[in-house]
Amino acid sequence: MNDTNTPERQVGRRIDRLESRSKVTGTADYTHNVVLPRMLHAKIVRSVHAHARILSIDTSAAAAVPGVVKVVTAQDVMRVIPDPHYGPAFHDQPILAIDKVRHIGEPVAVVLSDDVHIAETAAALVSVEYEVLPAVFDEVQAANNTDVLVHDVLRPAGTFPDLKHLAGRKGTNVALDYRLRHGDVKTAFAQAAHVFDHTFRTQQVVHVPLEPMVSIAQPLDRRIIIHTASQSPSFVRLEIARLLGWAENQVQVKTRLLGGGFGAKLYIKLEALAVALALIAHRPVRVALTMEEQFYMITKHATTFRIRSAVDADGRITARHCEVYWNGGAYADIGPRVTQKSGFTAGGPYDIANLDIDSYQVYTNLPPAGAFRGFGITQVVWAYESQADLIAHKLGMDPVAFRRLNLLENGRPHATGTVLKDAGLRLVLDRVASAMDWDKPLDRGTGTVRRGRGIGLGFKALVAPTTSVATITAGGDGSCTLLISTVEMGQGSDTAMAIVAADVLGLRAEDIRVVNPDTDVTPYDMATLGSRSTFSMGNAVKQAAQDLLDKVRALAQEVGLPFEGTRNISTLLKKKFGMQAGTVVGTGSFVPPYQSPDADGRSPDITPNWMVGGTGIEVEVDTETGQFRIVRMENVVDCGTPLNPKVVQTQITGAAIQQLGATFLEKMEFDAEGQLRNASFSEYKIPGILDLPHQMGYAAVDSQQSTGPFGAKGLGESGCFGVASAMAQAIDDAVGVRIVSLPITPEAVYRALAEQRGEPLANTDSTP
Amino acid sequence: MSTTSTLIQFRLNGEPVSRQVEPHHTLLELVRECGLHGARESCGQGLCGCCTIVVNGQAVTGCIYPAMHAEGAEVGTIEGLEQDGQLDPVQQAFMDAGALQCGFCTPGFILMARQLLQQNSEPSDHEIRHFLAGNLCRCGAYPEIIEAVKLAGQRMRAAA
Repeated sequence: MNDTNTPERQVGRRIDRLESRSKVTGTADYTHNVVLPRMLHAKIVRSVHAHARILSIDTSAAAAVPGVVKVVTAQDVMRVIPDPHYGPAFHDQPILAIDKVRHIGEPVAVVLSDDVHIAETAAALVSVEYEVLPAVFDEVQAANNTDVLVHDVLRPAGTFPDLKHLAGRKGTNVALDYRLRHGDVKTAFAQAAHVFDHTFRTQQVVHVPLEPMVSIAQPLDRRIIIHTASQSPSFVRLEIARLLGWAENQVQVKTRLLGGGFGAKLYIKLEALAVALALIAHRPVRVALTMEEQFYMITKHATTFRIRSAVDADGRITARHCEVYWNGGAYADIGPRVTQKSGFTAGGPYDIANLDIDSYQVYTNLPPAGAFRGFGITQVVWAYESQADLIAHKLGMDPVAFRRLNLLENGRPHATGTVLKDAGLRLVLDRVASAMDWDKPLDRGTGTVRRGRGIGLGFKALVAPTTSVATITAGGDGSCTLLISTVEMGQGSDTAMAIVAADVLGLRAEDIRVVNPDTDVTPYDMATLGSRSTFSMGNAVKQAAQDLLDKVRALAQEVGLPFEGTRNISTLLKKKFGMQAGTVVGTGSFVPPYQSPDADGRSPDITPNWMVGGTGIEVEVDTETGQFRIVRMENVVDCGTPLNPKVVQTQITGAAIQQLGATFLEKMEFDAEGQLRNASFSEYKIPGILDLPHQMGYAAVDSQQSTGPFGAKGLGESGCFGVASAMAQAIDDAVGVRIVSLPITPEAVYRALAEQRGEPLANTDSTP
Repeated sequence: MSTTSTLIQFRLNGEPVSRQVEPHHTLLELVRECGLHGARESCGQGLCGCCTIVVNGQAVTGCIYPAMHAEGAEVGTIEGLEQDGQLDPVQQAFMDAGALQCGFCTPGFILMARQLLQQNSEPSDHEIRHFLAGNLCRCGAYPEIIEAVKLAGQRMRAAA
């Protein structure tokens, strides 16, 4: 008999994260902590050039250091993995550079030692001779000019059904172009009362999860175990099996709690290198990055977004053309999917009868860019919301009124042809406005301290197609265990999934054991990304819990006892097996409806749901110095039913705080040769506690996602969407200058103020 | 054995420990080799606070603190706070306020918050922010962390 049976609803309870106690006592289990017998440490020798031919690699001095077990180059890797190119969208990334390097920091060789300090010392002794090649860094230049080709031939992977159309092309740096054609943009522009043409830019930033990336490969007889801080264990298994030509069941991938992910730890990162090294050394090998090395591994796309809008005399947007260039760096990673998925909504959450979108993923000689909290959405919102404010200002309209007039309503088709449903755009906009007391006059300050405010609204189409599978078991005593490959990385997914299962089963969430992903044990899940787990895995878990109840009902019938839900599972099993024994297993899977876009980029089903986030910001700007202070920030999302309000709160504010970094602090600074000048926390500043807005509010609007588990959908990213443009507008509102390139630094504001006074400052920025 | 290594003796969470250490070893490496994983290397420059360890009552950044300096010291880590299954009031407050997400930075914040509350059991928002300015949380749990510190202070004052 299970004494935890409770009729209390679990959905909506404020529950501590299941792993809270382990996190406050320091006993939480991270891959960072894994130590194996005979484990070697790997230190990576990295390229010092952005684009160069490798003429020779001299490993002799490094190999001679006492304690060095081996120095590994691409030649050694190819003996265990003949074609060592990996990647989720393109098989373009070599495990170690072969013949050529394509970005600063690309791995060229590895030193293995029992002592990490010896490996590090010896790595500095590996001597690589290069022939430096011309490099390309700017995304627009790389897309339109083929003087420098980052890759001679494109190698699409075809792992994802929606990337299958990527034909292998030659003579281009464009890895993917997504185009949408809706209505007659040309005619609408010709007839427009007003035409607006702006270009907005975002900078390259980096995730820097505080647990730096780490993977440990452990070779065994005809199989291998990979302990890895990964957001996508199922994909790692699939990709390693492909590289080795092995069956999936020979590759076991185990994750633990992640010390942050934010998209950095997606798909395949250090795992292929760790596997190659372990197979070469016949010993377990730990590849662990330092904070500095994370800057060379994966980043967030810099973008250039030219947005042209036609507006009628009443302030309605009648047509829009979006041209977005995504700086993908040297390897595609998941960039093509970012380009397409964020391309879908690049026109903004507005009802626009004529809309053309051209979205390009471009190779350059910068460190690779992939997914970063928002999957490209923050870059497109920055542009379309910045322009919304500029249009409203030009037409003398209130920015909120302009948005209300143009907003896409539920039941109306989005430009892709997919009808908007369960999207709380108006609810979120109205809630942000009321939280900001938008209808009341603002104290605009006096003298050199001026105040202003802005609102930004964004939305996102949930990524599809994807698959999630869940298993729930009930043991001989009736206690339940949930087996899922969703990775707990701080977003509270273990707890959310336990809540869904417990609600169906009539248990308390705290009494469900959630097993960390282990591909030998937990079933397939596409990945923990893009706020998809609550919706996709949540639906699979709900189905698995219902299936478990069905199995229990059948068992009750079989043994001739009454069905009492989870209450009497132990009695039923005891009757069947004659002792406390046996297992009841429920399974569920979820694949959301999706139809690939046609040649015009349109589809009646581009997404199973829409996530919405809005932000209001009030700033105080010093007109003498350009310094500013966020007086107030309000963040509102539509996440459907909040499964666990305690975690929902931290997800909304946490996302917004993280996005403040990209808004006014963070920028990877490269010199003219592509050298990164600020790859450490001493020079690359992420938001600290002193950067918090003076006053900060949050809310989830009252909404339901009809197709979600208990009406829920994801929210890990929604708090990011509206932050940057709201900040730019607040500053413009305060002092009348418009920043069009992120980050919005005090220096940028000071320069704009100087220009406004007719005293422009000399430009000292040498960033390519 | 290396000719540069030295045997040091210290107390770790109250227990006597002897270890052979090299000049380049950090206190963080030392406590992790003792099997305590609550202090973690993140930035490697003493700028994020994930490696916070307490030496003779003073919180230090373990990733840049020479292990040899622990000779004869009382070294405390996050693992030493729980007594007989009872959480420290600051640990409990971090749980209650939901002041953590991925949890990687949490031990450092808790140890620093304890140090603050030992000096000042009723810190203002401003004092909390300034005291914790050397700890970073990439998940952005700062509003809840400030709440947790206030909550712990309240409870500690009520219990005093």
